[in-house]
Amino acid sequence: MNFIHFLKTRVAFNDSVTPRKQRRTPYPDMPPPIRFFLALVAVVLGFAGVARAQLTIEIVGGAGSAIPIAIVPFEGESAFPLGITGIVGADLSRSGLFKLVDYTGVVPRPVRAEEVQAGLWRGRGADAVVVGTMRPLPDGRTEVRFALVDVVKQIPLASMIYTVTATQFRATAHKIADVIYEKLTGDPGVFSTRIAYITKSGSRYQLLVADADGNDPQTIVSSNEPLLSPRWAPDGSRIAYVSFESKKPVVYVQNLSTGTRQAVANFRGSNSSPAWSPDSRRLAVTLTKDGGSQLYIMNADGSDAKRVMTSSAIDTEAYFMPDGQAVLFTSDRGGSPQIYRLTLGSGAVERLTFDGSYNVSPRPFPDGKGFVFVKRDGGRFQIASHDFATRQVQVLTAGPGDESPSLAPNGKLVLYANEVGGRGILAAVSSDGRVKQRLVAPSIAVREPAWGPFNRP
Amino acid sequence: MRKLLTAAIVAAFLAGCTTQPTQQAPVEEKPPGTAGAPQPGRPGAATTGVPGSGVTGAPTGPGAGGVPSSALRDPNNILSKRSVYFEFDSFTVSEQYKPLIEAHARYLVANRNARMTMQGNTDERGSREYNIALGQKRADAVRRMLTLLGAQDAQIETVSLGKEKPKNAGHDEAAWAENRRADMLYAGE
Repeated sequence: MNFIHFLKTRVAFNDSVTPRKQRRTPYPDMPPPIRFFLALVAVVLGFAGVARAQLTIEIVGGAGSAIPIAIVPFEGESAFPLGITGIVGADLSRSGLFKLVDYTGVVPRPVRAEEVQAGLWRGRGADAVVVGTMRPLPDGRTEVRFALVDVVKQIPLASMIYTVTATQFRATAHKIADVIYEKLTGDPGVFSTRIAYITKSGSRYQLLVADADGNDPQTIVSSNEPLLSPRWAPDGSRIAYVSFESKKPVVYVQNLSTGTRQAVANFRGSNSSPAWSPDSRRLAVTLTKDGGSQLYIMNADGSDAKRVMTSSAIDTEAYFMPDGQAVLFTSDRGGSPQIYRLTLGSGAVERLTFDGSYNVSPRPFPDGKGFVFVKRDGGRFQIASHDFATRQVQVLTAGPGDESPSLAPNGKLVLYANEVGGRGILAAVSSDGRVKQRLVAPSIAVREPAWGPFNRP
Repeated sequence: MRKLLTAAIVAAFLAGCTTQPTQQAPVEEKPPGTAGAPQPGRPGAATTGVPGSGVTGAPTGPGAGGVPSSALRDPNNILSKRSVYFEFDSFTVSEQYKPLIEAHARYLVANRNARMTMQGNTDERGSREYNIALGQKRADAVRRMLTLLGAQDAQIETVSLGKEKPKNAGHDEAAWAENRRADMLYAGE
């Protein structure tokens, strides 16, 4: 049995610099996970227009079996203001599955795979070593080469060459981190993906899209009325969300590249809880136009809305299973809100949760083998996972106000909102419950996170 | 649901008074890829209008059995009371709201062109989306009583604000009780 290592770090500072400057490396000597959260806090403050703020960052927990990896600064990297290896290291650390091994004092520093002396790095506790170069090209672009070496088996695992512009360094670093993550864990990395979330500052609501590490936030909608339930189309091109701008819930779909949008469900009554089909062509929504909150499936342009089930109870929070053949949803048909599965072809409905009187917000794992959800236990709202094969429920978070879980596209991390006393923060937990991270940003609420797909058109 | 007495049928004199459409909340959009804070009115930003209620209200003139719309704003008239409160996790309308609901039913019967939006609300605990459904159930429960008393279905649109628009921003039992609520709004208000 692995023990969870708890590390609590509190960082407080006053700052009055611009968010973009903060986002570089404001605290280069801090562990990368802390830098991640500073970056995310900077994002939030930047859009809130808060010039000075006291921030508190807490990092809790880590994997019991993190892979020790040395990431040697690339040859020539120091000539570039924004390097590559710092971002790669931050990405890998944040996943909780890697532990950075000190590279200082190794002379000469290895640059190519064949220069990595396995014994030396094994002596430092490393299982893997990353080396590389950054070389300016005559056309102004930069050639980035990297190699990943397994120093236990003493074999090269990957080597890549990228030819990029300076504005692509960050994206290149995330791609390198994705390659390393996949080679060493067997699962695809999610460092190149994006997230969406909603901020509330005073009465101002904003829906933002940012890189998975919190960088480069873009406001895609702002409103003086609530915004909620952002949902990425699996093809990465659009986001569906619920807006109250006409004083009631209406579902919109917005194209991310053009910024244009359409009210796709604006029927009499309430329109909410959008969820995309795996092929990005249809949406499941909850409508009340025919009485009660009921599930409908429509085309993504809002046409041809068809009721998929008739009940006298609440049916809402539909989410398509990855095969598109069934949806999970929340219903109070049994007297308390519980999670059910509707098979679309047959109309068969099966209750999936039995433990407790409040189990809601199901989100299937990408492999279809289970789902994460929110359960209430003694007044605490916690994120939990359910495995279809074993029917085992594992509680992943402590609560007390955890909601809106969203799975990374590789199924390994759950991003969620932690609402306490009306203030919201974002937090992430690994789907085995071991790695926990959270962000505390006073005076602004961050909520409704949605992890985007691998696709990034 | 228990049966309530049917309201007295009164003749309605309809005046040709048009209400203002609901005020639109300002909304800006822009595509990602443009840096910086949101800038209203910048090129490329588009605002999609949302249709107003399109509803025409028609308060009756005084006398002849009609109920004047001024009664809705008279603090001494029960019609100025608009809120029905609910217990935790419940959508059952308590007996104490019977006189209030009967009064509004009488008004809707007497003023067939009057239109009402019933907004359901919940306290802050639990899933945002599930709370939208719970608030809807509360609004629907009040509407059902109004229609049993003679109001027409088409007169009342029930919507839910879930936990998104708390009347009391507190985080204790008293605040939660105040936020478990259905509000009656007449068109134009």
